Amino acid sequence: MSFLDYAPAPESTAILNLQKSYGLFIGGEFVDGHGSSFATISPSTEKAITTVAEATEADIDRAVAAARKAYDKTWSRMSGSERGKYLFRIARILQERSRELAVAESLDNGKPIRETRDVDIPLVAAWFFYYAGWADKLDYAGLGPNPQALGVAAQIIPWNFPLLMLAWKIAPALAAGNTVVLKPAETTPLTALLFAEICQQAELPAGVVNIVTGAGKTGAALVAHPDINKVAFTGSTPVGRRIAQTLAGSSTRVTLELGGKGANIIFEDAAIDQAIEGVVSGIFFNQGHVCCAGSRLLVQENIHDDVVSRLQRRLSTLRLGDPLDKNTDIGAVNSKAQLARITELANSGDDEGAHRWSAACEIPSKGFWFPPTVFTDVHTSHRIAREEIFGPVLSVMTFRTPDEAVAKANNTPYGLSAGIWTEKASRMLAIADKLRAGVIWANTFNKFDPASPFGGYKESGYGREGGRQGLFPYLESSGWTKGGR
Amino acid sequence: MARLSIPKTYKLYIGGKFPRSESGHTFEVVTPQGKFLANAAKASRKDARDAVASARSAQAGFAGLTAYNRGQILYRIAEVLEGRRDQFVDEIRASEGVNAQAAARQVEHAIDTWVWYAGFADKYAQVAGNGNPVAGPYFNLSTPEATGVVVALAPAGAKGESLLGLSAVLAPIMTSGNATVLLAHPTQPLSAISFAEVLATSDVPAGVVNILTGDPEPLMPWLAAHADVNALDLSGGSASDWVAWQSDAAETLKRVVPPTVGIPARSLERIVAFTETKTVWHTKALG
Repeated sequence: MSFLDYAPAPESTAILNLQKSYGLFIGGEFVDGHGSSFATISPSTEKAITTVAEATEADIDRAVAAARKAYDKTWSRMSGSERGKYLFRIARILQERSRELAVAESLDNGKPIRETRDVDIPLVAAWFFYYAGWADKLDYAGLGPNPQALGVAAQIIPWNFPLLMLAWKIAPALAAGNTVVLKPAETTPLTALLFAEICQQAELPAGVVNIVTGAGKTGAALVAHPDINKVAFTGSTPVGRRIAQTLAGSSTRVTLELGGKGANIIFEDAAIDQAIEGVVSGIFFNQGHVCCAGSRLLVQENIHDDVVSRLQRRLSTLRLGDPLDKNTDIGAVNSKAQLARITELANSGDDEGAHRWSAACEIPSKGFWFPPTVFTDVHTSHRIAREEIFGPVLSVMTFRTPDEAVAKANNTPYGLSAGIWTEKASRMLAIADKLRAGVIWANTFNKFDPASPFGGYKESGYGREGGRQGLFPYLESSGWTKGGR
Repeated sequence: MARLSIPKTYKLYIGGKFPRSESGHTFEVVTPQGKFLANAAKASRKDARDAVASARSAQAGFAGLTAYNRGQILYRIAEVLEGRRDQFVDEIRASEGVNAQAAARQVEHAIDTWVWYAGFADKYAQVAGNGNPVAGPYFNLSTPEATGVVVALAPAGAKGESLLGLSAVLAPIMTSGNATVLLAHPTQPLSAISFAEVLATSDVPAGVVNILTGDPEPLMPWLAAHADVNALDLSGGSASDWVAWQSDAAETLKRVVPPTVGIPARSLERIVAFTETKTVWHTKALG
């Protein structure tokens, strides 16, 4: 046993008390859907965890009607302070059940328990706490006095941070006075269904939160439903485009949180060891399944070789394996389809002439896995430098001058995130001014907070989540311009 | 014998210059009674492409000016407009068929609109941005900044109001540092072209505003899909098939402000509609 070999320390799944199958959460109760059902599997073992319903158009109708009724009869008539108290209650229950939720999330998503336990679930509770306090203070949000809720919000979330994305969507929507119908991703419905139980425990009025499970077809039916006032979507840019097209000309408000191809820029004067840690958390956090991942590393030319060798050394110490093991750094890729996409794009890197290096790690025989991978000799024209891989694959390029770094960083239709590593604060601020990205991390990366707005420029979507700006997509003021906010 | 007057040739405004349409096409501008007033340039797709290219090349520089400087530039527009008050009153009387008093009211309202937005240039970021108290040792600041290149359709009111209409959409777009391709109102283009003369003699950098006259219908599907345009202001598009343009714009996920009824009121919201919020995190440490 070398000093890097740790004895297995798996978190027990005994804390979970799952049903054999789950219906849809509509009007405060679990009800049977009209469609078929499907299994949700653990991507690290390919074993089925439970069975969930695939909501049909009729089910969506029912869920939207329940949300409308709850909006008209209960939620829109309740004072902001009472609404806020429900959100505080939910936040507390989330904290109380945090270990159970972390285990469920790691099981269903494949991400390491260290991340769900220390990042995802604490942020979920923090998000509800933050927005709970806004519910009776909307006059101070910056939209003028007495801003109004929109009504029923349709919310569709991805599989990379299942419960955290639910919190990003539901907490501000409810605080602003809307009711919601939320669809989790088809590969990660589990924690959303546990959240439905939490709504019951909190005695949230029936119909304020409705959870419908299913795949793309269910989501499309939800977006196109005539009785919704708001669509909030986090996911891929192609689907975001389709949603924007579907809703062109309609009064339904839209916010879209889409793809990214974030640049992480390291200047020669950076604190290199800290930068290496930042690069690792920038692209290998959550198996690279992060829309704001720092998937393009831009290194000043004279320190390229040093950075790459230190990075490879650091990546060789990462432990890939059982997501429920507390020592695991890299978990499973979320699905077979995603693994195929990562593999295909990585192969295109080989074909186009980039040089691949992967950490030597044992790949488990079952499940979906991809080792931490670094491509050097990458050209800006390569697919791995242009397309979102959404996996643990880093493309390294070089620059000589700050202007060149900015030009290369901005050379993408996306504009979600960027990182800057330099010890010179004046340079950091000048570069931050010029980067066309919604979130810029300087000497850090992949930090999230409910008080901090998050969202992209250009084809990374529109609207912000987090902070007081995160309330705006769910509120209407008489002077506010409709559409795209 | 009465002196023969010298009528003006109305041309486009692209990159700080006044070209004719490369297509060589013009159209007749007439009074509300149908009487001939002028031939104006009918912009082609090539003209629109040139306008987007010049807007793109001017945008970063304009956004990079200090907010104080941008405010001064907007105020300078108001000053020059005031100096040409009579020219606009005459033109509006002829083209919109309103009396001198109504025309003067419109020009004054337009001038005041520029002054109002000029004063917001170095304030809107304070009102729409803020520091964020995150749970950790980080400096964290959110600030709005210009979204980039905006294509705007100038609206008109019930009685024309073409100068006021273009001012009400253009000024808020410029306030944050966007560059604009402005499509003049199709039947009321004269104020727009004369306004280009105001821009050319103010301190507005070439390319920051580009003005096209003619029929927006054939240009808009192409501009809505243009990959180098960041946002559409469809304020003046209520009579058109603007839904199709919004749908075209979805391909590149442009920000779209839908048509308004009449002339949009002055508002902070119109400034913010053409901005992006940028949030910067930085570590804090003593050592």
